[in-house]
Amino acid sequence: MTGKTLYDKIWEQHVVAPFEGRDCLLYVDRHLVQEVSSPQAFASLDQNDRPLRRPDLHIAVADHAVPTRRRGHPFADGLARQQVDRLRENAEKFGIAYMPMNGDRHGIVHVIGPETGFTLPGCTLVCGDSHTSTHGAFGCIAFGIGASECASVFATQTIRQTRQKTMRVNLEGGLPAGVTVKDVILALIAEIGTGGGVGYAIEYAGSTIAGLSMEARMTLCNMTIEAGSRVGMVAPDEVTFAYLEGRPLAPEGEMWDRAVAAWSNLRSDEDAVFDREITFDTSVLEPQVSWGTTPEQTGAITGVVPNPEQMTDRGRAARIRKSLDYMDLTPGTRLNEITIDRVFIGSCTNGRLEDLRAAARVLEGRRVAGSVKAIAVPGSAAVRLAAEAEGLHEIFLAAGFEWRDSGCSMCVAMNDDRLEEGERCASTSNRNFEGRQGKGGRTHLMSPQMAAAAAVTGRLSDVRELL
Amino acid sequence: MDKFTSLTSLAAPLLENAIDTDIIFPARFLLLLDREGLGKHAFNEWRGPGFVLDTPPYDKAQILVTGENFGTGSSREQAVWTLADLGIRCVIARSFGEIFYSNCFKNGVLPIRLTGTEMEAVESAAEAQTPLTVDLESKTVSLPDGQVIPFDIADHHRRALLAGLDEVGMILADHSQTIAEFEERRRTATPWLDLSQDKLDALAEDGA
Repeated sequence: MTGKTLYDKIWEQHVVAPFEGRDCLLYVDRHLVQEVSSPQAFASLDQNDRPLRRPDLHIAVADHAVPTRRRGHPFADGLARQQVDRLRENAEKFGIAYMPMNGDRHGIVHVIGPETGFTLPGCTLVCGDSHTSTHGAFGCIAFGIGASECASVFATQTIRQTRQKTMRVNLEGGLPAGVTVKDVILALIAEIGTGGGVGYAIEYAGSTIAGLSMEARMTLCNMTIEAGSRVGMVAPDEVTFAYLEGRPLAPEGEMWDRAVAAWSNLRSDEDAVFDREITFDTSVLEPQVSWGTTPEQTGAITGVVPNPEQMTDRGRAARIRKSLDYMDLTPGTRLNEITIDRVFIGSCTNGRLEDLRAAARVLEGRRVAGSVKAIAVPGSAAVRLAAEAEGLHEIFLAAGFEWRDSGCSMCVAMNDDRLEEGERCASTSNRNFEGRQGKGGRTHLMSPQMAAAAAVTGRLSDVRELL
Repeated sequence: MDKFTSLTSLAAPLLENAIDTDIIFPARFLLLLDREGLGKHAFNEWRGPGFVLDTPPYDKAQILVTGENFGTGSSREQAVWTLADLGIRCVIARSFGEIFYSNCFKNGVLPIRLTGTEMEAVESAAEAQTPLTVDLESKTVSLPDGQVIPFDIADHHRRALLAGLDEVGMILADHSQTIAEFEERRRTATPWLDLSQDKLDALAEDGA
């Protein structure tokens, strides 16, 4: 008998009832609830007169719609306020722990899940948000679901799911100076495409992984959805356990020891066979920036905007032509000559303490270029407080950044932080889709330190020249 | 949920790859709390003269024909609600974003994956403004020239659409006992996965 993959092991532990083929009824250990995908799901409980089965396996927080300039400011957007109020009311009504907007536990769902110890190895975790893949960094099966599936979890603590095929991505060779895990995932998506992971659960392995912090692993798993895969995972190890120990919702004492013993077995067997396996040499990577309107349209900062007229794949050429038209870019332009208007450092991809530190290292002693407006948005209140405790906010403020409160902010154009028509932004977020940061806005994805470099020079820049 | 059995309609050709959820339903409209009447926001940034779904006769189309990786991106079910509200009951694509694909089945919308010459024939029929017949019972798409193209769909999804099933209701009716038994076993095998209400209360209090 061949061995099992990490994904298969956790999956099998959560099968409540098998159905035909690869389908089953899957138990859900953890459900993170936010304001955008939940109102209709809560409403369906009421409409069908159903209770919420396990409120103790849920926590709720509003992140997408909240303003990030809020202390001393009114909540200006009436629709957004209504949506946030609705979540608080529903949480109260159904008995779910709710983290209020101005409290010290507030944050983006994918930042506070790990931070509180709600996210644990070996569990199944869902949220009505595609970046739920983030939590797979802890060696759990975590994936984004639609509102109807949220309703299923509310009412039954289960969902009907199809078991994914498995893909192992071996990241080998470590990271060169100036290159981060954000560059790794962007380069990987450029290589396999935004559809490259569709149908697969991806497990990241290889020599590069061992040296990554939990924060870096979260960035990696977070953007796995941009390769089309709902699930990205990393097997738990000492780094994982050290991160979790002492978190408010993590097990304690004897229970902690039992849990760690069980978690230590959560790895793919040596003879496990994956449906697909690729190896990616990270030692040769350069810092990456996206130039188009899909994350796969990404290249090294040392390169140029590609020319669709030189491409043999007509479909791809047409897509690129359309992207370049939207981005107002000319083929052959050097990427490091593209000037920017805005900088956004934050999001569930890159809004953690380590990200802010990396950006601050570049900003220290420097100023944001004259024409550029830049904001730094910690992913959670805890991240903000920790950053302030070590003085990072002073560095951002001295450089000319605005220092904000936690939220999804400019990653998604449904709060006050948006691009204006035609504005170009260096962003640490995850999607450069048309209009993602605001109607007519143009997004270039990159790492926090690359975004800091762009802020200082006013154009897309190679951070290695500033380190 | 609305049943889906068969459908004969013009098919609107939107022949681009990787049309993402932010294009289908821009984020700012996610602030709306109701799921009714969202069709007017579909493809908001692309709407208007020249856009296929605003161009007669395609404005009445109930089938959308598109490229690779349709619905890639976010989990927003609004992307399906908005299409359904526009009257689109079937999307034929070369491939789909996964969450979008599964969201379709919860809302009476049939997603069909086709490739190669079969997809090209569907694209041609759409562009020629000739109606297609999609039949879920026989799992086929029929073209006016008599060509009948089979498509794959999971049996469960097919049955759910044909009957207009309420999946949550089915789980509760068939599996409540099994779920309770599973939870008993889980409590013994992985007790740390249950959270104490005290800890949750403390966390919420701490954050207030």
